[in-house]
Amino acid sequence: MTSMQFGLFTVGDVTTDPTNGTTPTEHERIKNTITIAKKAEEIGLDVFATGEHHNPPFVPSSPTTTLAYIAAQTEKLILSTSTTQITTNDPVKIAEDYATLQHLSDGRRDLMLGRGNTAPVYPWFGYDGAKAVELTVEHYHLLRRLWDEDVVSWEGQFRTPLQGFTATPRPLDGVPPFVWHANIRTPEVAELAAYYGDGFFANNIFWPKEHYIRLINFYRQRYEHYGHGTQEQAIVGLGGQFYIRKNSQDAVNEFRPYFDNAPVYGHGPSLEDFSSQTPLTVGSPQHFIEKTLAFADYFGDYQRQLFLVDHAGLPLKLVLEQLDELGEVLPTLRAEFDARRPASVPDAPTHASRVAASLASPVEPVETRSPVEPVETTEVSA
Amino acid sequence: MSRVVAIAAGLNDPSSTRMLADRLVESIGRQSGDVSVEVVSLRELAHEITDAALTGFAAPRLQGVIDQVVAADGLVVVVPIFKASYPGLFKSFIDVLDADALIGKPVLLAASGGTARHSLAIDHALRPLFAYLQTLIVPTGVFASSYDWGTEGANALGARVDRAAAELISLLKGAGTGRAPDDEFDLFSESFLKASNPDA
Repeated sequence: MTSMQFGLFTVGDVTTDPTNGTTPTEHERIKNTITIAKKAEEIGLDVFATGEHHNPPFVPSSPTTTLAYIAAQTEKLILSTSTTQITTNDPVKIAEDYATLQHLSDGRRDLMLGRGNTAPVYPWFGYDGAKAVELTVEHYHLLRRLWDEDVVSWEGQFRTPLQGFTATPRPLDGVPPFVWHANIRTPEVAELAAYYGDGFFANNIFWPKEHYIRLINFYRQRYEHYGHGTQEQAIVGLGGQFYIRKNSQDAVNEFRPYFDNAPVYGHGPSLEDFSSQTPLTVGSPQHFIEKTLAFADYFGDYQRQLFLVDHAGLPLKLVLEQLDELGEVLPTLRAEFDARRPASVPDAPTHASRVAASLASPVEPVETRSPVEPVETTEVSA
Repeated sequence: MSRVVAIAAGLNDPSSTRMLADRLVESIGRQSGDVSVEVVSLRELAHEITDAALTGFAAPRLQGVIDQVVAADGLVVVVPIFKASYPGLFKSFIDVLDADALIGKPVLLAASGGTARHSLAIDHALRPLFAYLQTLIVPTGVFASSYDWGTEGANALGARVDRAAAELISLLKGAGTGRAPDDEFDLFSESFLKASNPDA
């Protein structure tokens, strides 16, 4: 079992290949995603995570469908999301969908919560985007109760009340999927993650690392504050992106047209400036290893490293070649990260480790509220 | 010692916008021994400003200037007037600042233009922008057309420069609006407290 997890996260964009003008169909993009996920398992990665979007040019609107399909065709890969919208999805449906997936995949499953990529997604689902933080907080508290308590009576501001409700199926082995909270600017989300002892993920791809450090440190401090362990023991995940070739100039030459036309940073800074200012690595495997290892110098030892590879119109062939390159350096990355990590820093949580932990020190069962007794109403100020 | 940053948004070099900025800086220095002024020119940052508009983060040199502007006690803003308003480069610079970056800062507004027909641009273009940014705007705006560089008398450019500079110096000595950007996390906001209170 590996102590640190490595994997892929995909946005699921349909982007024209700028070198030949070819655009994959949605069908091709979805099928390619499956091929990439299976390749991730083949090269020895631990995690595959898909985004959730409800607007073109993105295809992954139904992550649990896609992940169930991948789960059926893989053996070891942990399926996750990047991210599941805790704001616009009904927490009841999240509890049910992801618990089902947990059973189908034999526990190879966790999820990462986020808010949403575009402002109109809120009105599309009947919500007010100005209340994104309040929605996140209320929906997540409810999601936790639906997983942690067998019978839930609940009322809140954003969803119809529940009386004596049981979300089925119950989590596999009584242990809900591990939750990561993806965030780069909202202290409430760091606080939620810390309060529950959940993981905290910074996407770490588009901006200089300085933009992520403050909230990660805040999460670490609050994790300790809530008694889950020391700051160093908080569960942190990071994103990253690379394009590597044995000969670094080949990497630069091949990736440049994709970089120059990429939806996020294209037509802006040069590849050289952007890769010196952000975590993007374009070059040799050795350069990639050094730059990735340096994340731990800056953010502290961490548990999960996800890479964005299939983006900017890169054709499937190049994505798979990049995964071969990643597979070759993966043993070195694992060994180097393991060598630097103190024994006190915990391993990345898995279903097995969480089941073992719950057997070793059973959590006091949360007192479920009787559905027959009147629900205590707390005054909620507007 | 108050620290003022003068932002010169002229696109040419040499630039009459920069000349106007230098006049204002000279006047501030002459009228107060207690204010230091640094001038930044946006022209040199044009590429970085465009990149930041596209990527959402500033390259190191631009970030240095942003930090300098945000840390200043007051600003002198000098723009050329093109097509009835300030240049797009200047607006892009303002757009890459955080929304609350300039709150409460005393700001002297000045503009240069080819003819006096642009002279209200300070009031119809710059003043609303800096009101939106919740700055404390110096009442006297200084507009200089090409013609102004050769006039003299009570309303000549030099007199208006000195009046605006004196107003800025006075505002720098005062209590201001009592507001400044708040960079701290609000750990007592309703939504923050709810994050650790499932039963709220």
